[in-house]
This record gives sequence, structure tokens and C-alpha cells, in this order.
Amino acid sequence: MAADIVSWIFILLGCFFLVVGGIGVLRLPDVYTRMHAAGITDTMATGLLVVGMAFQAGFTLVTVKLLLIVLFTFFASPTASHALAQAALSAGIKPQLADDRRPGAKGGAPSEGEDR
Amino acid sequence: MFVAATLALLVTMAMALTRAFLGPTVYDRIVAVNMFGTKALLLIAVLGFLTERPEFLDIALVYALINFVGVIAIMKFFRYSHLGMPHAKDDLGDL
Repeated sequence: MAADIVSWIFILLGCFFLVVGGIGVLRLPDVYTRMHAAGITDTMATGLLVVGMAFQAGFTLVTVKLLLIVLFTFFASPTASHALAQAALSAGIKPQLADDRRPGAKGGAPSEGEDR
Repeated sequence: MFVAATLALLVTMAMALTRAFLGPTVYDRIVAVNMFGTKALLLIAVLGFLTERPEFLDIALVYALINFVGVIAIMKFFRYSHLGMPHAKDDLGDL
């Protein structure tokens, strides 16, 4: 019974992160911020949902397969995100910056209290 | 509980597909398709628990592998127009 409650909590938290990531992919302004939203669903939602399902399954072979899935996702998702960001950047897509603090950059509003 | 997870997954997959249709650049579409693949993996796992047949997890594992390799291959193809090793005409090295 306690395992049921814990798995409820994990799965509902995972659903929350899923929907938040989906809204982020729809609404954020450029590729890099959309990758951030997709990364939330890849790590938090996958991890929480898999932990919730593992609480349902108990100590069986199913749990081992679930842990294999989450292990592979934790290696594959950052690798794919890195390759995608590098491909987009080398294809010439500029990140949208609200405040560009690099020396000589135009368009950034001067910010108070920053000495970088 | 698994019905709620299935509904959330389907809503998120619909949002990812919308971004894949709308996406102004090809990289937006790749982000959306990668996310759709991961959510398809989770949907298979959750449906296996919903119908009490957890053997579906083997299919989910295969989906994870295929999704990763497919996304890397698509990116490499759009970046270099070929899938082989990078050569002298490719300026920035491999992905």
C-alpha cells in the first residue's frame, strides 16, 4: 500500500514535468531554449516515471529493464543534446540573448551591479 | 494512475508534433522528433503496465536504442550531407 502511494507521487510528478516540458517546447523562442525544455522531459519525467513504475513492479526482472532504460536515457539524452547544439551553432543559428555582456557586443542593455 | 500518465504522455506527444510541424529550422524539428521518440518509449512502457503486460519493456529498450542512433544519423546527414567519416571538406570536424 505504501509502495502504491509512493509510486502515485512519483508518476504524478513525472506527468507534471512532462506537460511543463511540452508547453516549453511549444512556447520558448529559439532552438537552444527548446532543447532545454526537451531536456527536462528527458531527464526528470523519464526518471520519475520509471521510478514510479519500478515501485509498482517490485524486485523483479521488470525493474532491471526499467533501470536499463533510465541508464541508457541518461547517457543518450545529453549526448544527443550536445551534438544537436553543436550542429545548430555551426550551422549559424545564433542564440537569442536578452543581455549580451561580451565586450564589444551590441544590443545588450547595460545592467547594474555587474562587473563582468 | 497509469491512465493519467498515458494522457499526459499523449498531450506531450501532441505538443512535440506541433513543434515538429511548426518549427522554423530543421533543428527545431529534430528536437521535437527526438522528444517524440523518447515519449513514445515511455508510452510503450506505461501501456505495458496499464495492460499488465510488462514484457513491452523489451520493445521500449529497442525504441531507446533506435531513437538515439536515428537522431544522431539525421543530424549528421543534415550537417554534412553524408553519413561517413568527416573528411577535408567538412570544416568543423565530427559531431
